[in-house]
Amino acid sequence: MENAKQSPLGIYNAYLREGKLAYQFSPTSGKAVFYPRVICPDTGSENLEWRFSKGQGTVHATTVVHPQQGDPFNVALIDLTEGYRMMSRVEGIDPMAVKIGMRVTFRVYEQGGDEPPLPVFTPMGG
Amino acid sequence: MSIIQRGSAAIVGAAESDIGTVAADMSVLDLMAQGIVRALSDAGLSLADVDGIFCATTQARTSAMSMAEYLRKPDAYVDSTIVGGSSFEVHVAHAQAAIEAGLCSVAVIAYGSTQRSAGRKNASPREFNPYETPFRPFLPATAYAMAANRHMHEFGTTRENLAEVAVAARKWAQLNPLAFDRRPLDIAGVLNAKMVSYPLTVRDCCLVTDGGGAIVMVSAARAKNLQKPPVYVLGCGSAITHATISNMPDLTHTGAIASGACAYKAAGLAPEDIDMAQLYDAFSINTILFLEDLGFCQKGEGGAFVSAGRIAPGGAFPVNTNGGGLSYCHPGMYGLFLLIEAVGQIRGECGNRQVTKHDTAIVHGNGGVLSAQSTVILGGEGTI
Repeated sequence: MENAKQSPLGIYNAYLREGKLAYQFSPTSGKAVFYPRVICPDTGSENLEWRFSKGQGTVHATTVVHPQQGDPFNVALIDLTEGYRMMSRVEGIDPMAVKIGMRVTFRVYEQGGDEPPLPVFTPMGG
Repeated sequence: MSIIQRGSAAIVGAAESDIGTVAADMSVLDLMAQGIVRALSDAGLSLADVDGIFCATTQARTSAMSMAEYLRKPDAYVDSTIVGGSSFEVHVAHAQAAIEAGLCSVAVIAYGSTQRSAGRKNASPREFNPYETPFRPFLPATAYAMAANRHMHEFGTTRENLAEVAVAARKWAQLNPLAFDRRPLDIAGVLNAKMVSYPLTVRDCCLVTDGGGAIVMVSAARAKNLQKPPVYVLGCGSAITHATISNMPDLTHTGAIASGACAYKAAGLAPEDIDMAQLYDAFSINTILFLEDLGFCQKGEGGAFVSAGRIAPGGAFPVNTNGGGLSYCHPGMYGLFLLIEAVGQIRGECGNRQVTKHDTAIVHGNGGVLSAQSTVILGGEGTI
């Protein structure tokens, strides 16, 4: 067999550079798969479709990290409407104001340099 | 269906190595070796008797190989399974199976860490995860903070409930001369301490110490002829539900539900038969989650359960009687110390902090970010 041309992470980051939040869907399990993998973790199938999230989600859990230096910042787990969960942060509001159940929207945050863009979230309608 | 027989193996020796802050340049292998000879001495055995080495540490990638060299044991049966802090509870299950199968007859299970002296970043560098690391979670604290956040949201658990766990641990530590932090601590002292990852303050988080130790396991038949009363392995169970917090199936229901059920079934015991619990308290929320998941109260009632000093000295149910990872010692991976304390308590050797009823103990190890759960139920001679 030929080696894969791109890794799951490579494909994910390439889509992020186009402003798209990609995830995989497994036809054999009927479920979304995230983080991206080479096989479906439920069935072992290599048949995974890349799909794009609408970028709408809900805060599942949230915390505010107090670093030794610098301002406190938010870290959150976001449940996407397509049925998967990811770590990210909610920006644009006081980190303590981020609450479980809050509806949020995806946007791309450019880290700059050679770093890939990051998927971050802002309060929906905010 | 397990082939492992209830009580087929016993812990016959247990000891801490140097703990707290150890001498400069002491290696993790030095600490493991120190723990091993002290535990062998406790059992009335010598290094010559050892033919099984079980160990794990974040500071020696091939720790079993290194210990085989250190102890000059080329023929030893070795196992350096590492699943975080619960590795040593997993080792107990593996050692019991190995002893039953005849792969070894005297097994030592050892741990060492110089996390305090070497610095946390050097002792246990975090692996880069492209789906988490860029968001700068302060791991492991941030993961446990998120579980606490969910528990508060779903069940109304309060920061005061979490603080109660830390205060109880400190009261036990005040009865333990080896405990690292024995200063007075009250609820306000926890709540007003430096915030680490909301809702957890530094007093909701485990200590960063050096330390190590070992236990010795043999067959039940051999255990009867040694110098200390055997502490029998009545049942074990493990469950690994995830490795990263973003992949934890349910932040308020841990793999302890499955690992505990497996251990209770093997032991033929239920929560009401357990005299004490030694629960891996890397963070205050852990104790609440594990009390629920191991069946000592209903899901969501852990906050109320720990209130009013119930798990503190003099309370109805003794938990973490050495002061726990929160106040006694927490050198990176804490699981071995739970076993050492349970052995001391079951034997009745714990002095000021000795609990009155001490036939049975549940030891529950936690690894990663609530990831690798491993339960061991231990019992004294009355349980066989």
